[in-house]
Amino acid sequence: MIDLVTFDYKTSFAALEVGKHFYWQFGDFVVHGQVLIVSWVVMGAVLVAALIGSSTAKSDQRVPAGFQNFMEYALEYVQGIAKDQIGEKHYREWVPFVGSLFLFIFASNWLGVLVPWKLIELPEGELAAPTGDVNTTIALALLVSLAYFYAGLSKRGLEFFTRYVQASPFLLPLWVLEDFTKPLSLSFRLFGNILADELVVGVMVLLVPLFVPLPLMILGLFTSAIQSLIFSTLAASYIGEAMEGHGDEAHEH
Amino acid sequence: MIDPLVASASVIAASIAVGLGSVGPGLGQGTAASRAVEGIARQPEAEGKIRGTLLLSLAFMEALTIYGLVVALVLLFANPFA
Repeated sequence: MIDLVTFDYKTSFAALEVGKHFYWQFGDFVVHGQVLIVSWVVMGAVLVAALIGSSTAKSDQRVPAGFQNFMEYALEYVQGIAKDQIGEKHYREWVPFVGSLFLFIFASNWLGVLVPWKLIELPEGELAAPTGDVNTTIALALLVSLAYFYAGLSKRGLEFFTRYVQASPFLLPLWVLEDFTKPLSLSFRLFGNILADELVVGVMVLLVPLFVPLPLMILGLFTSAIQSLIFSTLAASYIGEAMEGHGDEAHEH
Repeated sequence: MIDPLVASASVIAASIAVGLGSVGPGLGQGTAASRAVEGIARQPEAEGKIRGTLLLSLAFMEALTIYGLVVALVLLFANPFA
């Protein structure tokens, strides 16, 4: 029986903790289990959506309908991102990469907010958006780094390394630094935005559990969607810039 | 436990990081928004593109504030000196 006089309402409805993780051990590697669990759920959700969207396609059907139409809209959106940044000629082979980034980050941000993860209790730590863990965002940013190096090297060969003495040899330290700040800023922008939104909502719920946190949660949905767009747009922009050289500096940084 | 000097220094540093870190991007975002509104007023047909560019730029400036927030969070929750 719960004794209503001494039942502590505050700590049972709302609690805020940062830094506690559900550690899994794989031999020598220790990973954050809660991040992996939610990542798998996100991946599963995106895959299921893609499969359902394409399963109803019939070869004699010209006009898509319903869910397939929605998935085609998503595909066209992602193709638009890649085409704007990389250019007409080479964007098609990068659509899967840029699209996966966009969809994974978008789905993980929104599922992290919309799904009631708190109902599942873990022995240590709590389930939240995987992009709220700096390891995930750093991994994604390093993937982008790898991608634009691969893009530049495969398209321009060793001439790619002339980018370090681009406008003037004195700018060499600047370009070298840019190779480090690109993944750093990508990862911290995404991580900071998502974690900040989670913390703000958490603190608001701690203070006023009903209705008042709602505008902040909706703002969080909006900004996290924008962040997924930013990440994928920047990834595509770095790839396009690596493939064609610094000629288009006026575009975006 | 945590040394009181380290604790108080961390708290002050965290608050300065967040506070000062939001001044610059705040000014920048205000300027960007005002120019965007001006642009829409001059040419209402371009509203879609202007709004898209504005949101993109706002997110870049927001990132600079977030860097300050990340430093504050590290000092408060994952303090390397405590």
